[in-house]
Amino acid sequence: MEYKAPIESNTGIVNVVTLGKPGGETVRIGGENTLPFHFFDDGSWPNPSVFALQILDREPPEDLPAFLYEPFKDVLHDPAKWAKKVEEFDYVDAIQLYLLSTDPADRGSAPEKAAEVTIKVAEATSLPLIIYGSGDPDKDAKVLPAVCEAVDGMNYLIGPVQKENYEVVGKAILAHGLFASAQTPMDINLLKELNVKLGHFFPLERIVIDPLSPALGYGIEYTYSLMERIKQLGEIIKDKMTQMPMIADFATEIWRSKQARENEEQGILWEAMTSLSLLTAGANILTHRHLKSMKLVKEMYESEVKQWQK
Amino acid sequence: MLVSGSQLVKLLPNKRPCRDCGFPTCFAFAMKLASGGATVDKCPHLSPETRAKIEELLIPPMKFVTIGTGGNKLEIGNEEVIYRHEKTFVHEPGIALLVSDKESDEEIQGAISRIRKLHYAWVGTMLRANLLAPYFESGDKPRFIAVVKRLRESIDLPLVIISEDAEALFAARDICADRQPLIYPITQGNIDTAIPKIKEKPTPVGVRAESVEGLVSLTTKLKASGIDDLVLDPGSKTMLEAIRDQTLIRRATLKQTFRPLGYPTMAFPCFMVRDNPLKEMLIASLYVNKYAGIIVLSNLDPNHMLPLLVQRLNIYTDPRFPMAVEEKYYEIGEPNEESPVLMTSNWALTYFVVSSAIESTKIPTFLLVQDAEGLGILTGWAAGKISGSTIAKLVKNCGIEERVKHRQLVLPGRIARISGATMEALDWKWEVTVGVREATAIGAFLPKYAKELKGKIAAGKAVPE
Repeated sequence: MEYKAPIESNTGIVNVVTLGKPGGETVRIGGENTLPFHFFDDGSWPNPSVFALQILDREPPEDLPAFLYEPFKDVLHDPAKWAKKVEEFDYVDAIQLYLLSTDPADRGSAPEKAAEVTIKVAEATSLPLIIYGSGDPDKDAKVLPAVCEAVDGMNYLIGPVQKENYEVVGKAILAHGLFASAQTPMDINLLKELNVKLGHFFPLERIVIDPLSPALGYGIEYTYSLMERIKQLGEIIKDKMTQMPMIADFATEIWRSKQARENEEQGILWEAMTSLSLLTAGANILTHRHLKSMKLVKEMYESEVKQWQK
Repeated sequence: MLVSGSQLVKLLPNKRPCRDCGFPTCFAFAMKLASGGATVDKCPHLSPETRAKIEELLIPPMKFVTIGTGGNKLEIGNEEVIYRHEKTFVHEPGIALLVSDKESDEEIQGAISRIRKLHYAWVGTMLRANLLAPYFESGDKPRFIAVVKRLRESIDLPLVIISEDAEALFAARDICADRQPLIYPITQGNIDTAIPKIKEKPTPVGVRAESVEGLVSLTTKLKASGIDDLVLDPGSKTMLEAIRDQTLIRRATLKQTFRPLGYPTMAFPCFMVRDNPLKEMLIASLYVNKYAGIIVLSNLDPNHMLPLLVQRLNIYTDPRFPMAVEEKYYEIGEPNEESPVLMTSNWALTYFVVSSAIESTKIPTFLLVQDAEGLGILTGWAAGKISGSTIAKLVKNCGIEERVKHRQLVLPGRIARISGATMEALDWKWEVTVGVREATAIGAFLPKYAKELKGKIAAGKAVPE
């Protein structure tokens, strides 16, 4: 029996998104028509996935383990200094600013305050920002428009845009020339529905899909398979509503788990394995909280990506 | 892909509805054949050639291979899909610990006791590593044989015997052939002398080549000699080669039904990565997602193994059935008669997230888990699996009333609307408080609530009149 390598090719191409302020560093994601790491198939994955380190708009809650923020321990009270410090680690591609303090279950801080912190962070770093509200749809409907106004024209990614607030948040994102991270709870139909609704007034090529990313052990298999399906629908079936790049935002979820908190090496692997799985499933952006877990995955990824781009 | 009924029906007589096979039509028979519910000999009207052809089509595209014997044996192969969302992955990869014969006797004893002790309870299942892989590295054959003998005698786990020296390989095999070890590697270099040796005492065989294509002539030769319990190593050196090789083998097996590659695979993070244990574990985790049947590791650090074993469990979870936990009350921390009682559904994800959020508050709590057939709170309520009366039944029957002296229950915020119905179904003997909508808010809610509960108990108001 003769072996003929089962090489495949797809015709759907994932949208390209370029994030970052004018004059600053930019990252470009998307543009692929192969499945992740499938450099042996016909087609390409021209823009390597990017790694974003998460910072907070307040000092970290006390219940988080101290090892998590060790390299930043002197700047944790000041998000702008924190962001500046991130630049010292050249394997970080972008910063995710998580506006935790705006959460009504946290400090419930005001939209104006969030906008103020955001602009300071944006001025402090040349790295692209991914700015996330608390996820409370009502609060985000107030916080995110204020934030969008503050970073007008900076080509940042803003989220999470949810079905409860997509109109008001989406319009603010569009008005200020930014990108939308559209979040739905781990369901292919819900995410397509949100993209359709957004699409009535919002350009599809400015959307990034956030299918929600739980941690290893807490439901990662749902997102793993969902991301594989999204990528396949976009590339093979050419479904326009799934042709956006994807963000795997697990930074917060990982460190909720007891297993990540109780031991540093276990925590690093908990985050790194979650990251690598979702990278393998097709994520274009990955958010980490632990610098070492990011370094571990990024270095492996980068050394291999170079080999395949040769 | 697996053969379908519509493919098979073309080979059947289709002339008349004779019903000799016991089915009303050839099509019905073909459907049963494809799903394994009937055998081809039930049709008396087939030529021997057609029957052989159908039998060939019905052989699963990937061989099923068993390594070891008894309760700890490892079963791999028989996978039916490339992506788990197409159906499910079936046989979890075996995790093997490499044991070099260069290690001292104390180190080897340490490895044995580590793998023996290594187990984690994880929602109703026990996570463990599966195999030991004695590795001939010392150059001293009697030493290797002694190590294999020792492993065989001290622990009932299947063995993967690894030796580039064929003589040592078969000598080691001879002392444990009854335990069905996997012997590795059979290569282009040793296959001709190995075949008669394998046939003396047949056991599963690990086949290694420098590429996927290179495996084809080896497996073809082995199969022609009647050796068919094979596990493939395409010789991948890097993460990308691993994904390429594993993907091509899986595709050739399932999409082309290419028999020479229709076997499970094995992978060696222990040789791909040296001196970087975390990276080795990441490569191993990649192989969990990407199709390996056996994964050989150089070390089993407990803090490294837990995430890997959890990932294996997650990826091999059947996506067609929601993961569920048992209906009962769970103790988080060490709750006493004054501790809060919260309630949630039995979808494993909901349970994990809620119990982990409670745990972070460090407040000892009882968590009542309602069987909602693996649905979440809101969908469980919408589907009628969670209602005032189901919750009341759970409260009355699970034994929580003997564990707490108060009668205060917290329902998830998402089902606030049934708090009245719940109190009614409990004959107003319990007071219901509406909790939070999201588990993430438990951290803020529970400490406050626990304080209030304490106040109520002190004031004698914790049991409704």
